[in-house]
Amino acid sequence: MRDTFIKRLCELAEQDPAIMLITGDLGFKVLDEFRERFPKQFLNAGIAEQNMTGLATGLALEGYTVFTYSIANFTFMRCLEQIRNDAAYHDCNVNVVSVGGGFSYGSLGISHHATEDLTIMRSLPNVEVLVPCDNWETTELTTEIANRPGVSYLRLDKSTAGETQRPGETFAYGKARVLRDGTDVTLAGTGGIVGDVLKAADALAQEGISARVLSLHTVKPLDTDTLATACRETGGLITVEEHTIEGGLGGAVAEALLEQGARPGFFHRVGLRAGFSSTVGSQEYLRSVYELDAEAIADAVRQRVGRRQLRRAA
Amino acid sequence: MTDLESLAQRIRIHVLRMTSQGGSSHIGSAFSMVDIMAALYGRVLNVDPKNPRKANRDRFILSKGHAGAAVYATLAECGFFPVEWLKSHYQDGSYLSGHVSHKGIPGVEFSTGSLGHGLGVAAGMALAAKQKEESHRVVCLLSDGECDEGSNWEAILFAAHHNLDNLTAIIDYNKIQSLAPVQETLALEPFADKWRSFGWSVVESDGHDFPQLTTALGSCPQQAGQPTVVIAHTTKGKGVSFMENSVLWHYRTARGDEFDAALRELQKAA
Repeated sequence: MRDTFIKRLCELAEQDPAIMLITGDLGFKVLDEFRERFPKQFLNAGIAEQNMTGLATGLALEGYTVFTYSIANFTFMRCLEQIRNDAAYHDCNVNVVSVGGGFSYGSLGISHHATEDLTIMRSLPNVEVLVPCDNWETTELTTEIANRPGVSYLRLDKSTAGETQRPGETFAYGKARVLRDGTDVTLAGTGGIVGDVLKAADALAQEGISARVLSLHTVKPLDTDTLATACRETGGLITVEEHTIEGGLGGAVAEALLEQGARPGFFHRVGLRAGFSSTVGSQEYLRSVYELDAEAIADAVRQRVGRRQLRRAA
Repeated sequence: MTDLESLAQRIRIHVLRMTSQGGSSHIGSAFSMVDIMAALYGRVLNVDPKNPRKANRDRFILSKGHAGAAVYATLAECGFFPVEWLKSHYQDGSYLSGHVSHKGIPGVEFSTGSLGHGLGVAAGMALAAKQKEESHRVVCLLSDGECDEGSNWEAILFAAHHNLDNLTAIIDYNKIQSLAPVQETLALEPFADKWRSFGWSVVESDGHDFPQLTTALGSCPQQAGQPTVVIAHTTKGKGVSFMENSVLWHYRTARGDEFDAALRELQKAA
């Protein structure tokens, strides 16, 4: 996703000299092509995220479209106030790009576990929160946010759900994608972990359980219509995110549906419940430890759909 | 009395009324920078009240947003919006917030209120002007206590590294922050040396002496390729004898007899 983002940004920068990329001294090798092709549109702010975001705001106020770039929590957490007061309050087209969502940098320890970003960023006015599950969504979202006013937070993941675009499928910003249709349960995921959701759906299909799979590439704005339809048409709803269960995708979905009066048959959030992870390891490993992987997702469905089916049979 | 002295006294009288009517704080912080504002808007900056967004205007950012009353009063006195608006400062439903806000206020370039934000944004604007080969200046006014914030030093490093000689920082160096003198809180001295060692040109000026101020602010960059800081030595609460150099008047609001006494002093001087 990271390389796809840079590739698309190069294409956009070629067309539009007002596009600027600012890094907080990260992106070894990854940003080389951009820097070499567009030296006037590239800036290394140094290890100074507050100033990076202030600069981005100043440049945006003067007509630039700015992307700030760093890894894990560094693009938004130290400089959260600059994002809120400076970029967002001033309606700046500043796009905050975080490479390494969730446990992408799992082995590096808690400083590099980006597991509260969705909650924090979606609470900010004038900030939209975008989490692609694959390269196609990454390309489309990058294009979108370059042309949208206000601040966008783009969370890129090391893992990917593979190539999910169906032949002829066009992208609609703010609209959840139905990756697979089903009736017994809806699995609504965001980010690369949608790959695990698809695997879980495959396993469940073998057992006769039909799962609808949604990719919510925009956590904010949230596609409440597609979610409400899923509540009506399928047996229940499970959200899946590599993120704390407190206020992220699952929280957003629950809030929106409850307010709309759309009640799923059952509702469950697959996400982190354990607090900080002092355990380290690969993204795949930590997903299994914290019960976020395909097996855990499938189990969460079995525990709920199984009971319903037994009741129906009785 | 010169036109700038007269402008400054009118601004002070507005600020006194605004903070008193609204019951807001920071009159001492506003009074210490009023003469700087008068010099900037009365003489130095290229701005047009009839066209506040004109492309080649000089950009001014108040980073010490808590002294916003002085910005509003200056802009109103200079014709950016009606003086009448000042009566709404700090009142229910007003856009004239205690800390300076740009929304709906002609002439305010940028909203601040949390310290340590202005200079980074100003550096971004200065960089944009360089990239686009535009000749306007970017001026950012900070407080001394505000220099405790590490984000400023990130911007200070950046501006020198990128040779932003179209950027001017002004320090309202009144030597008092909210609870105690600056030197007792977190010592800044040797302050000028710090800026020099970061690659900035430094000019020190009496922050209440208009010939000195206009010369210092009008002769930037001091050196091509370097941003300039004007360290303006000021008196907190300047203009009202019992407010001067007093920690108390960082937060206190003038009411009743104190208001009357302050107004008498300011009107006498005007």
